Order: sequence, then C-alpha cells, then structure tokens
Amino acid sequence: MRNNHFTGSHSLLRSLEHEGVEVVFGVPGGAILPAYDPLLDSPIRHVLARHEQGAGHMAEGYAMATGRVGVVFATSGPGATNLITPLQNAKMDSTPLVAITGQVGTSAIGSDAFQEAHTTGLAMHCTKHSYLVTSADEIPDIIHEAFHLASTGRPGPVLVDFPKDVLNAVTEWRTPTLSGLPGYKPTREGHPRQVKAAVEMIEASSRPVLYVGGGVIRAGATPELVALAEAANVPVVTTLMGRGAFPDSHRLALGMPGMHGVYAATTAMQKADLLIAIGVRFDDRVTGDVASFAPGAKVIHVDVDPAEIGKVRRADIPIVGDARSVLAAMVERVTERRVEGPAPERADWFAQLRDWQETHPLSYTQDPDGPIKAQYFIERLHAITGGDAVVTSGVGQHQMWASHFWQFEKPLSWINSGGLGTMGFAVPAAVGAKIARPDEVVFAIDGDGCFQMTAQELITATTENIPIKVAVLNNGAYGMVQQWQKLFYDGRISASDLGTTVPDYPKLAEAMGCVGLRVTHPDEVDIAIEKALSIEDRSVVIEVVIDPEEMVFPMVPAGGSNDHIAMGPEDL
Amino acid sequence: MTHHTLSVIVEDKPGVLARVSAMCSNRGFNIHSLAVGPTHMAGRSHITMVVDAPEVEQLKKQLHKLVNVIKVQELDTGRALETEVMMVRVSCEPAQRGELGGTADLFGARMVDLTSNTIAFEISGTPGHLGDFLDQVRPYGIVDLVKSGRIAMKQRSEKPLTLTPTASRT
Ligand SMILES: Cc1ncc(C[n+]2csc(CCOP(=O)(O)OP(=O)(O)O)c2C)c(N)n1
Ligand SMILES: [Mg+2]
Repeated sequence: MRNNHFTGSHSLLRSLEHEGVEVVFGVPGGAILPAYDPLLDSPIRHVLARHEQGAGHMAEGYAMATGRVGVVFATSGPGATNLITPLQNAKMDSTPLVAITGQVGTSAIGSDAFQEAHTTGLAMHCTKHSYLVTSADEIPDIIHEAFHLASTGRPGPVLVDFPKDVLNAVTEWRTPTLSGLPGYKPTREGHPRQVKAAVEMIEASSRPVLYVGGGVIRAGATPELVALAEAANVPVVTTLMGRGAFPDSHRLALGMPGMHGVYAATTAMQKADLLIAIGVRFDDRVTGDVASFAPGAKVIHVDVDPAEIGKVRRADIPIVGDARSVLAAMVERVTERRVEGPAPERADWFAQLRDWQETHPLSYTQDPDGPIKAQYFIERLHAITGGDAVVTSGVGQHQMWASHFWQFEKPLSWINSGGLGTMGFAVPAAVGAKIARPDEVVFAIDGDGCFQMTAQELITATTENIPIKVAVLNNGAYGMVQQWQKLFYDGRISASDLGTTVPDYPKLAEAMGCVGLRVTHPDEVDIAIEKALSIEDRSVVIEVVIDPEEMVFPMVPAGGSNDHIAMGPEDL
Repeated sequence: MTHHTLSVIVEDKPGVLARVSAMCSNRGFNIHSLAVGPTHMAGRSHITMVVDAPEVEQLKKQLHKLVNVIKVQELDTGRALETEVMMVRVSCEPAQRGELGGTADLFGARMVDLTSNTIAFEISGTPGHLGDFLDQVRPYGIVDLVKSGRIAMKQRSEKPLTLTPTASRT
C-alpha cells in the first residue's frame, strides 16, 4: 500500500541505507531540496562541503581510503557542473563513486529552466554510466544498479539525476534487483589456459618486471602480488596510482617508473625481456615515447577492462580478469612449479638492478642552514610518523616528491590524482579519507598553488570536526609549470609565480578554525611536525617555505624515450 | 581506408545512441554510416555502424564497455547481408520518362513522385547496387538525394539469395 508521506526522496535515502552508505558529501540547492529533508531522519551522515568539487573529491578520498563507494550530492545546474572535475578524476583513476544530482522538474527539462543543465549529457563523457530517473518507482533498482556498476568490473563514477517531481512523487520501496543490466557482465576469472601460458613465460624469462598499478589496489590484491613476486622471484615497479600496492621496503621493490620515475624502475622496464602488467594502462607518463618503450619485452597484460589490453601496447598474453583472482591463479601455478625446483635465480638481472639503484639513487642535498628542501621535509614527516599515516597530495612537484620520498608499505595509504592531475585534490580528499579512517593520521602533502584551489574545505573540516593535517609546500610558484619553463622555454617565467607573501598561510588556516604553523629553517621541521601530530581536536596547516629553485629529477621530457633519463638539468 | 560493418544490439533506452556516438567522437572513431531501429526482441534495438577504423578491435571493446550495449559483432564484408534505402529525384522531361522508367525497372527502383519535369525513385539494395543506379540516372541531373544508413545482418547461407533485381550486386 502506498503511504502518502513516502516519496521518491525517502526511497532514495532508504536505497542508500540499503547499500550500506554511512556518509554522503554534498551541497544542497533548489532541485535536490526534497532529498535533504529525509536526510535529517536518516542514520546517514551528511558532510556539508563548501564547493561541490570539494564534495566530490571528499567522496573520492573516502572511496580511495576504503575501497568502498563514495557518495556525493549536488543540486541541478551549477551544482552538477561543479561536479564535472571529480567525476572525470574518478573516471581516470577508476574510483567507485555515486553522484546524486537534483534536476529541474520533468516537464521543465529542455526548456532552459532556472538552474537547468543537461547533466546526464555532460556526464556521458565523465562517468562509467548515468541515469535520469523518470519514475520514483524505479529508484530502488536504479540506485542498486548504480552501486553495482560503480564498484564492480573496472570501478568508476556513476551519476543518477533526479528531477524534482520524481523526488516528490509518492512511491514505495521494494528490495531491488539487478535484472536491468543485460549487457554488463565483467569477467572476474582469468582464462586458465592464459594463466598457464603466462606462468610459463614468467618462468622462462631472464629479465622480468612486474609492472603494477592502481588496479591491484582497487582489487585488494596486494597479498597475491607479494606472493607471486616472491614465488617467481620477479622485481616490481609501482606506478603513481599503484604506490602502496607492493611494499617499498621489500627487496624486490624498485619504486615508481616513468617521466619522474626512479632510474632503476624506468630502466628495468626498458631492458626487460618480459613485462607482467597488472592493473595498469601503459599511460604516457609511464611509457614516454611508446615506439621506444620497453623494446625487448614481451607483455603479459592482466586487466579487468578488456579495452585496456592492446590499447597502447600489444599484449603477447592478454588476460581479462580481476587482478586478485588472476594473481591468485598465477600464484597457485607458480607454487606448483616450485615443487619441481627453485625459482630462477636471475643473478645477472638482479645484479644489474642493484647497480642501477646504487649508481642512480633519488637524491637531494639539504644545506643545514636552509632553505628547506621539500624532499627533506617529506623524509622527516615519514620518519616522525613512522610512515603510519594516510597521505594525500595535490599535483605538481610536491606530488612527485611525496611519491619519491614517502615509503609506501600498505595499499590505500596513498591518495592522489594520477590520471587527471587535478590540482586542489589533496585537502578535500584528506577530509574524505579522515572520515573513512578516523583513527588514523591523514596528512595532505600539498603545493601552494593546489592549496589555493580548494583550501576552503578546511572550513568543512573544522565545522564537521574532521581534523586533518596539511603541509603546504610553499615555493611561491606553480613549481612544476615553472620547472618546464626553466627547462624548455629558455627560463621565461610566464604566469607561474605566485609570490610567497600572500596569502599568509597560518593566518588563513586560523581564519578557518585550524592551527597554523610556518617553518622556514630545517631546524624547525621536526618541531613543527611533532606539534602538528600532537594536536588532535583541530586541523593543522604547516606552511613549509621550501627552496623555490629545486626541481624534480629524474625526468624524461614529455614524449621522450625512456632510454634517455635526465638525472639533473645538465642532462637535458 | 577499410570500412568495417558492426552489428550492435543495444537496450532500447533513451540516450543510448547518444552514448554510442559520444564515445565514437571522443575516441576519434569516424562513423561512415549509422542506422538504428527496433528488433524482434522487446526492449532491444539494433545499430548497424559502418566505420573507418583501423583500430576496429579497440572500437568493439569500447562499444562493449557501454553499459547499455549487449552484443557487438563485426560482419565480415563477404559474409554480410547489407542493404540501404535511397530516394533520388532526377530531372526528367515528359519525353524522357519512358527511357528512365525502363532503367528504373532494371534496377527494381520504384517511382514515388512525379512532376512535370522530375521523377523521384525509391530504391533499396547493396551500396554497390545503389551506386550503379546513380551512375545511370546522373546524366539526367540529380535534383535531390537521401540515403538511409546501411543496415546489415549476418549471412548464414553459403550464398545470399537474390529474389529481386540481380543487376550489379556487389
Ligand atoms: C586544475 C588544474 N589546473 C592547472 C593544472 C596545471 N598544473 C599542473 S602542476 C601545476 C602547478 C602546481 O602548483 P603547486 O600546487 O604550487 O605545486 P608545485 O609544483 O609548486 O609543487 C599546474 C598549474 C592542473 N594540473 N590542474
Ligand atoms: Mg608551488
């Protein structure tokens, strides 16, 4: 029987509760107002962001810290358009997200009504799938499908657009089914014959490299990966999105490859006779010039998304499947082989890798009298926290240094914007991660430029009592842009100076209810970090005034061959 | 460039065609012809796409990735039943009607409109058949021309049957 008080909005919240949602991030407005009323009576917590982009990145941070689906609410028109960046960010980094947007009333759609935007049309290019709900009775099934799509196969963002009259319509809730997805059947298990062939190829290889990315983290496949690397005796490179998928302290870990990769990691791929690519997509930031990338390597490519296999580089053995089940199947086969005898020793290969590691380490020089090097700050932060923190970052030099100088030991501990390279990601993502993992320290390692894009979400952190830590690595510049201008545009600095005096970061932090600290000398670094860690009831912003001259190396210029890695400006 | 003909079964839902064409434009797949229509199955539409895609494998995978796409099949050019509908209006003085009518008969084209100095025909068949007919009527002067997209289905027999005009099948 229909109850006149039970509307589409109630059905939406009931459905979200049914999916186990504990928190949504959002900003209300006219078209989505009906959904905000029953939210008051729901056990679901709403975190009021200060901008929908912030709400979206919070939901991403939440999802990336847990592997669960993040949920964001926004109103029609400008609310929805403000979500475009997080949607595309989540699409590029395969982050499970469900966006709930308000829409003008059904009869007004297409009339250029107040705050109307063609949201599902906009979302077409930046989601895995999207829905326009046409009847309140469809809500349980659509929300269930949306969560299923967001979290299975290759995860990604799904948007559900609710016309206001649908939210207001009287309806009833029923247990949802998945009968509405006839064309969606992601493959989980790798084909056994392919798995067998892959293992044989690995066993026969003399210079193999496991090339591992975000797919391993999304699949929760770290134990299987470690088991395979050990049982088959294969070194591992972890991409920017894959940092933490394999422990950096492991004897087989080579670190991050690519444009700003560790020399040994990038070179190992170049000289490999076999790449075992798992949950990666041969991104241009990894391969450099594709034609000269890993020229001698055969490729085993494991991915849950068949379209990634062969997209950039032909695979000798393609395996479509979930990274975890395919890795588990590989481990099983390799373990059988170990009964017959030990893993190939590959002594020459490992000696060569050691040599590259020793002759081309990541390096920087900290003058005891300053200025502070970003790398030094990050190393101290890692040492003082014992690496026991979730780290988020923005995009730029500081992001590369964080990836280089933080030792990642666990999955879900590094939350950054890899595919889209979205400045402003760090602060809101940290807020989302902290909600997900309240007992852990969440540290945003941010740049001054990035910080200025979304810093207002610290107001959210304060008012919602979500205490995070932020280190603003202040070089007074869009440092990465300036690095390119110095290296490739004759040092002509165009629109990349931000100045170091405005804003006054500690004051800005304090205005938003946080504790603000500033360090300018290497001697102050430890004290400030310890102080920040001791404050638990409020967010803390440490402005770290760093050396503006420092550049990120190693570097392979965009489009260049990974055979030519510059260790410093003199090599370019 | 080589054309590939894809037969795509999709859910009959609003926006599905937009998703298909949005994906193609985003990824740079050039659609040569596209025709959509219902099938015998409730809730299913059929899209025939003719594309100039050197990367047809990638296109097939990207189509598959669209949630509303149920099945993607590439039709092998020699083993596909393909047809297209065309309407063409040509200049034709009354004195020329007999001759033009004869040509049309040979091709199985049907007259659908007549004015004092034009005739409009409707004709269906393979792209080659339509092309041959056009070559014959072009000298009269083409006034107007519309083509449907190409539709295609898999050929299951050894050789396609040709019940209607056999002239220049390709
Ligand atoms: C939204 C957005 N706009 C522009 C860019 C281009 N961009 C890449 S890095 C960068 C500079 C980042 O500056 P900052 O946060 O200070 O980091 P730094 O490189 O100085 O460490 C810019 C402008 C981007 N990635 N994202
Ligand atoms: Mg900067």
